[in-house]
Amino acid sequence: MEQNVTLRIDKHTVRVPAGTTVLDAARSVGIDIPTLCHIDLKELCIRSAPASCRVCVVEIEGFKKLMPACVTKCTEGMTVRTSTVRVLNARRTVVELILSDHANECLVCPKSGSCDLQSLAVRVNVRRIPYAGGAFSAQKHEMSPSIVRDMNKCVYCRRCETMCNEIQTVGALAAVNRGFESTVAPEGGRNLSDSECTYCGQCVAVCPVGALTEADHTERLLADLADPHKTVIVQTAPAVRAALGEEFGFEPGTSVTGRMAAALRQLGFAKVFDTDFAADLTVVEESAELLDRLVRFLGGDRSVCLPILTSCCPAWVNFFEHQFPDLPGFPSTARSPQQMFGSVAKNLWARQEGIRREELVVVSVMPCLAKKYECMRPEFGLGGDPDVNYSLTTRELARLIRRANIDFVRLPDEEFDAPLGASTGAGVIFGASGGVMEAALRTAYELRTGRELQRVEFETVRGLEGLKRATVDLDGFRLKIGVAHGLGNARRLLEEIRSGRSEYHAIEIMACPGGCIGGGGQPFHHGRGEVLRARMEALYREDRAKAVRKSHRNPSVVRLYGEWLGKPLSERARRLLHTRYFNRSE
Amino acid sequence: MQILVCSGTGCNASSSRTIVERLREALRAAGLERDVEAIATGCFGFCEKGPVVKIIPDNTFYVQVAPEDAAEIVAEHIVGSRRVERLLYRDPKDGRRVSDSKHMDFYKKQLRVALRNCGFIDPENIDEYIARDGYAALARCLTERTPDDVIGEIERSGLRGRGGGGFPTGLKWKLTSRSRAGRKYVVCNADEGDPGAFMDRSIMEGDPHSIIEAMEICGYGIGADVGLVYIRAEYPLAVRRLRTAIAQAEACGLLGERVFGTEFSFRIEIRYGAGAFVCGEETALIRSMEGRRGEPTMKPPFPAEAGYLECPTNVNNVETLASVPVIITRGAEWFASIGTERSKGTKVFALAGKINNVGLIEVPMGTTLREVIYEIGGGIKNGKRFKAVQTGGPSGGCLTEKHLDTPIDFDNLVAAGSMMGSGGMIVMDEDDCMVAVAKFYLDFIVEESCGKCTPCRVGNKRLSEILEKITAGKASMDDLEQLRILSGVIKDTALCGLGQTSPNPVISTLEHFYDEYVAHVADKCCPAKRCKPLLTYYINPEICVGCTVCSRNCPADAVVGERKKPHVINPALCVRCGTCIEKCRFKAIGVK
Repeated sequence: MEQNVTLRIDKHTVRVPAGTTVLDAARSVGIDIPTLCHIDLKELCIRSAPASCRVCVVEIEGFKKLMPACVTKCTEGMTVRTSTVRVLNARRTVVELILSDHANECLVCPKSGSCDLQSLAVRVNVRRIPYAGGAFSAQKHEMSPSIVRDMNKCVYCRRCETMCNEIQTVGALAAVNRGFESTVAPEGGRNLSDSECTYCGQCVAVCPVGALTEADHTERLLADLADPHKTVIVQTAPAVRAALGEEFGFEPGTSVTGRMAAALRQLGFAKVFDTDFAADLTVVEESAELLDRLVRFLGGDRSVCLPILTSCCPAWVNFFEHQFPDLPGFPSTARSPQQMFGSVAKNLWARQEGIRREELVVVSVMPCLAKKYECMRPEFGLGGDPDVNYSLTTRELARLIRRANIDFVRLPDEEFDAPLGASTGAGVIFGASGGVMEAALRTAYELRTGRELQRVEFETVRGLEGLKRATVDLDGFRLKIGVAHGLGNARRLLEEIRSGRSEYHAIEIMACPGGCIGGGGQPFHHGRGEVLRARMEALYREDRAKAVRKSHRNPSVVRLYGEWLGKPLSERARRLLHTRYFNRSE
Repeated sequence: MQILVCSGTGCNASSSRTIVERLREALRAAGLERDVEAIATGCFGFCEKGPVVKIIPDNTFYVQVAPEDAAEIVAEHIVGSRRVERLLYRDPKDGRRVSDSKHMDFYKKQLRVALRNCGFIDPENIDEYIARDGYAALARCLTERTPDDVIGEIERSGLRGRGGGGFPTGLKWKLTSRSRAGRKYVVCNADEGDPGAFMDRSIMEGDPHSIIEAMEICGYGIGADVGLVYIRAEYPLAVRRLRTAIAQAEACGLLGERVFGTEFSFRIEIRYGAGAFVCGEETALIRSMEGRRGEPTMKPPFPAEAGYLECPTNVNNVETLASVPVIITRGAEWFASIGTERSKGTKVFALAGKINNVGLIEVPMGTTLREVIYEIGGGIKNGKRFKAVQTGGPSGGCLTEKHLDTPIDFDNLVAAGSMMGSGGMIVMDEDDCMVAVAKFYLDFIVEESCGKCTPCRVGNKRLSEILEKITAGKASMDDLEQLRILSGVIKDTALCGLGQTSPNPVISTLEHFYDEYVAHVADKCCPAKRCKPLLTYYINPEICVGCTVCSRNCPADAVVGERKKPHVINPALCVRCGTCIEKCRFKAIGVK
């Protein structure tokens, strides 16, 4: 039973359900109270509201002190004033205080232009910082393989702490020290790279300032592109095309696949390939592995580990290796699409093209920060030469495009190059939570039943719900599947497996909210959860527009097996396309 | 006959344990061990003159007793029925010895309700507590009263929270009782954090059973069966006595399953705090008990709705709880007859600073500051002039001469720009610089802020930096304006009570001692002569005989001059250490 309450906010009379915050009530009538620490991605159940920055304070009749709009609940008859002189001055003083303990290096900050504090300072009319004083002295700077921490810029909103602990349940970041020395850091003075950090990058995705940013590889890429002795090729992950446009003013959810291919070509890549191709390859290998385990299981082999867990998300793999190393047999051994691509490109395509391995540079553009770490793993390379040399985020690509004077909006659409640019609709939907599972089902169904799947869309595994479950009829066998996005949701499914109570045969796990579309390397959503939904829809639109929508029908994939790999799970496929896992719990 | 020996932490540190042992030895030697008991009690409050020994029934009050005095007390007083004159308290007014504590100024105006048993009973012996009506209130509640009656009694008594905020205790109980939940908690806030305040410690050390009894009464009232005591780990004696008391109460069936054979069951657990000041704030305390970082959360929701483990939780301070059993036994009307209109009962204060009688006192609400400072406290040390009294702990405010006749209660203190806090009272004299005092308290807050909200984390640091500039003579009048604005914003926007009150020392000194600030800023001088960078040492050439002692002793070679001729101090080199003044036999050196 939900009651409504009526209150007054400035000149508006507002009627909202009881329990609504003053902040939301005000927004519903077009009063946008500024915030800094608060974040609420409603549909994704991601919320951090410590009410600690005190930027959103308002006057409420009956309260002696100013109240934070972000957590104060509306009550019947309440009178709220959001822009009195008292409020505006207090708010500016609070922002001045934050700035007095901030590096204020806007001109050279990677976050400049998309920094919430910067726009806040403009908005509250800060014209000087009247408080000169000391800065806190805790450990301040770290470059990990994926994430750069610069605590000189931290405003102690602790969104990162909420993401890392409550949403992702990773526990790598925590508030340390007291008072003015308070900061967020891995406990015990460790570095992120020595902690349980999975490099999911969700801390970076929510950081309002430049305290947490991605490790930048754009300079390295520019140098490689300029090197005449190197052949530089690129692969782009499915989620990138659904978000890159936001950096150039397109509405969220605008697919910019063709423009992106054109831009990459202008940047000077020798070949513009697509990770979607490798996603198709992953689906074929993983479906084969699923069916192999199922057949053995149904044949009475109780040593088979079920459910099989997808393995394309590198942050999820890190999480698994740190937190669940006692379940080694469960994840699929299939490499992630990024790494399958790198392996195929460096070991097979280069040979075919007559390019020497050491002269070939494989670059990936990913929505992801963990991919930066993944391609550095020693098992993914040959004699110290990585299969994928390095990985850039969507944001870094946008920066490069701007820097190279490319007018992205006016670019014509172009196609990916053959053969590693060919993909199906199944590869595209990898970027959304549930997509890998749906793609695998399209293939597994046909391989298992030998019949053509007419209805390729599995609606039950789509959407932004944290845990999704479905049962699929595979010729009489009822396949139970689970889909989790966000590592906290994944943990619940993993705990079930650990305690032997899991009912599933196959589980898809993605570390980021909404899947790769919500990755830590994507354009900042600035707390607008609806952006993720729009990106998700863009991928499903792209899938519908594809002529081929099943991975095992990808002509390039078919040819690859015909010419090089034989069949899925062949000895050669295992060597080039599969991996193993390590216990990192100690 | 009984010999009571104060065994609070203060007197313990002055070997009161040994005094008890020596007394017992002497009694044995005299063959009196059956007739006369030597008892280690809780704190008497008169810490200035500890260790304190009191003889019952004649109330003879011996002060500053040493272990060597034990034999004499037994031989003279107990055996010979002659008072040991030299150990009696000497009234500073007329120099006469006072034998009976009732006639001492320190005790005359006191009314001990929360401290009623401290200094009278052996806190490690439940029988002594029971002998003084202990657990009678609980028995009455469980057998004759409904939970609503109990809450009503506390409401009518007008008891307000003694931990700082002054929230009506009965109302708090009522709100918690109305929250429907499977489990509720009673929490005793024993995280006493104000510097110099030790009333909670004294109560737990001197009368632990009163806390147990009160928590049970509260549990019965609100419908809780678990009590948690959140206590500083730095209070080992209090912890030990509380543990002993819990074990004794359980053994006697006064705590645990089916208390007094009724349906009511209650257990008490102890949780340790690690000494963070902010954990005295109830929401921070709850988070700390949950094993999380001790920092406050926004209210509402109040603990009464969602507290420990999200269950309805009633948090009361030690002193508040100590008043509960006696309210039940003597009645709400009796309690409400004491005090002022809106602040009922008594309040314990910890007197400290430039006052003659440092110690713990309890007076009816409405007693004036003058009575407390000049009568109970014995006035200012060394005959100096009273300047200010700081009440309410580090985030209280400074009150001045004009407030001396203000009756002390919750509302008057707030109206005067300070607060009750937990009852710290620090007296300052003419030698104290109020800017330095404000900085001292603010630095405590800067140190103890949890860091969660911007105004407290950054704002107080900036306030402290401005004050540092002022005391260093580097501030401008703009800085004073900034100080005022920033203090106001912190008060208006900080998240918790600690942060909202943290600028009080600045605001109240700015209001009452503005001239002193201006002197620092405009005239670059510290009227109290405390702020070293603002002091100038000079030699009066008319007095100086040129003996060279000062120049030979100056560590900075700042004093120059020829033998037998007046010397001069070079202010650029002078480090203002005061050595020259100390060494000069002619009083030729001054400070301005």
